[in-house]
Amino acid sequence: MPVQIQIRVNGRTVRVPPGTTVAAAVMRTGESAFRRSVTGEPRGPLCGMGICFECRVTLDGVPHTRSCQTLCVGGMEVQTDAQP
Amino acid sequence: MSDTCDAVVIGAGIVGAATAAALASDGLRVTVVESSVVGGGATAAGMGHIVVMDDSEAQFALTRYSRDLWNAMQTPPQVEFERRGTLWVAADEEELAEVWRKAEFYAARGVRAEILDARALADAEPNLRPGLAGALLVPDDIVIYAPCAARWLIEQSSATLRAGAVKAIDANGVVLSDGTRMAAGVIVCAAGSWATALVPGLVIRPRKGHLAITERYPGFVRHQLVELGYLKSAHGSADESVAFNVQPRATGQLLIGSSRQFGADHSEVDAPLLARMLARAIEYMPRLAKLSVIRTWTGFRAATPDRLPIIGRSPERPNVYLATGHEGLGITTSLGTARLLADLIAGRQPAIDPAPYQPCPSRFKFA
Repeated sequence: MPVQIQIRVNGRTVRVPPGTTVAAAVMRTGESAFRRSVTGEPRGPLCGMGICFECRVTLDGVPHTRSCQTLCVGGMEVQTDAQP
Repeated sequence: MSDTCDAVVIGAGIVGAATAAALASDGLRVTVVESSVVGGGATAAGMGHIVVMDDSEAQFALTRYSRDLWNAMQTPPQVEFERRGTLWVAADEEELAEVWRKAEFYAARGVRAEILDARALADAEPNLRPGLAGALLVPDDIVIYAPCAARWLIEQSSATLRAGAVKAIDANGVVLSDGTRMAAGVIVCAAGSWATALVPGLVIRPRKGHLAITERYPGFVRHQLVELGYLKSAHGSADESVAFNVQPRATGQLLIGSSRQFGADHSEVDAPLLARMLARAIEYMPRLAKLSVIRTWTGFRAATPDRLPIIGRSPERPNVYLATGHEGLGITTSLGTARLLADLIAGRQPAIDPAPYQPCPSRFKFA
């Protein structure tokens, strides 16, 4: 069994294998509303390759980070459902 | 084909739009001719910062008059009118002395302004770097979204907008590039840097500027921020300069400026200059470095040799009035320019002395 990385999503601890994207880790929690659009609609990963910007989360306090383009690093704090 | 109206305004930037609206409210039948997009030239290359300036008494008079006109105006939501106030940021003791001088200048002329010490500045704008000396807060300065303001100014008036490129001005009106003649007694040339092609003898140099806009970060910046070194070190008459200039938009985005560049002949983004501009902004606001810019663009501002706009009747052509050369202050001075010009055309006494802005050949020489 490989070493697991531990991050926190909305205050909840999530363990994932190395090489996991933040997007995958967030989905593992069951969360689908990664962010809110300007008009308040829920948004989540669509393209998975950094183009659509729908998977943005607040990562270690920095808003608008693309979760599908970021690999999990131990201790990361992820906040979803930011508005706008 | 031929059209007739009382006044043709060439150019639907903010200055042309405001002038068209002012003439229309005087009862003139006005047509605005625009060769591209309304508010798509220098108007879109500005920050929409409406600011009282004090480089000269003439500049002060026009910017103050105009800003007060903006503050008295009821604008719809798409204009994104926000009275954010300007913070003139002093980096060191020398610039703080300039804060005091500026505060006195404004106080003597009835413009509200308040000196912030280092701590008050840090409280007002927590994302500025520590160790700055202080700032001057001018609370009645404004931020708007200028391209939408230009469109709204035309739409709320009885002026007609017409797509077309003016090829020439003659004694009877204007001729468009498709051959259409438009007859009018009054022609207003508000074509920014392009005015020189239509009115011989004008001296205007296009001065290129860069802008960058970020994603939405509501609350990151609260006031329009401008470094006080702006005039001292940065934007004199050097061929190329950058300055710290950051503004919160109604959307939560941050608009980042500014650069000024003479001699550039293409509108592409100049990456090294953009990098210098962003580095200057990060110097003042280190946390900007973590934010995402989503768009960068440029535009050309119409610069005059004496840094004052050209407003008034052409000395050579009695039917032609000029409203150009506003460089980086066209958004601020648009309403004042429009009122001044409408007063001159109607034969009324303007609220401020029009003499410093009048077109006259002695003004048109670059050193």
